[in-house]
Amino acid sequence: MKDPFQSPIVLLGARLLSPYIMVFGWYVIFHGHYSPGGGFQGGALLAASLLLIRVAGGSRLAELQIREFATTPLAVIGVAIYFATGLAAVAAGGYFLDYELLPIPGMEPAWLRYTGILIIEVGIGLAVMAILVMIYDNMVRGEDYG
Amino acid sequence: MKALKILILLFFAGIMIFAASDLPNRGDQENLMHAEESITGTVVKGTYFIQNAYRDARTPNMVTVVLGDYRSIDTFGEQVVIYTAGLITLLILRKGRRRMTP
Repeated sequence: MKDPFQSPIVLLGARLLSPYIMVFGWYVIFHGHYSPGGGFQGGALLAASLLLIRVAGGSRLAELQIREFATTPLAVIGVAIYFATGLAAVAAGGYFLDYELLPIPGMEPAWLRYTGILIIEVGIGLAVMAILVMIYDNMVRGEDYG
Repeated sequence: MKALKILILLFFAGIMIFAASDLPNRGDQENLMHAEESITGTVVKGTYFIQNAYRDARTPNMVTVVLGDYRSIDTFGEQVVIYTAGLITLLILRKGRRRMTP
């Protein structure tokens, strides 16, 4: 793929579709409490919206979205959100990942569990998105146009 | 050879359709899968999740409660598996400065 091959129509279609896929990915993550969905599925959708621009526009255009060096720290942040949630419950005197004891004041235990599940879903979504983009970047490194 | 492939595909499609025609209806309360006791007389563990998921976490989606709360360490393991897969692609596919040491 050394030859520069860029189609403005494909790029326009990808630019049109990508924000909607991204919004739907966040919807799937945050609506996972009420409908089918969750962190893994939403993260895969977020990665799809980023990869669409990467496939259609090349790496130079994709640097405007998420740079290549930023994906690994994002994955680490995603895993760390999950782990820190568990450790916060341990620090408050409970079991690992026991959301009832998260240090958020003024909430009932049941709503604390609700919030804890939401926090870890966001962490999973971030990690899955960053890792799928990272795999693509490593595979096409130096071989795509632009 | 091509006819053989099509025949094999049709054969498996027939098996699938035959198996799907015998599935129970959704939400069938008489189905054995939804019973509180299994055939051997022991209590099915999933009964607790079905009865108490909303009360424990105020979340209507039972699957999310099981994945995110009751089985959250398993989900953490899944996330670490994906993270490890990403790091392995980083190690294998990225061509860094690799010196040929004598």
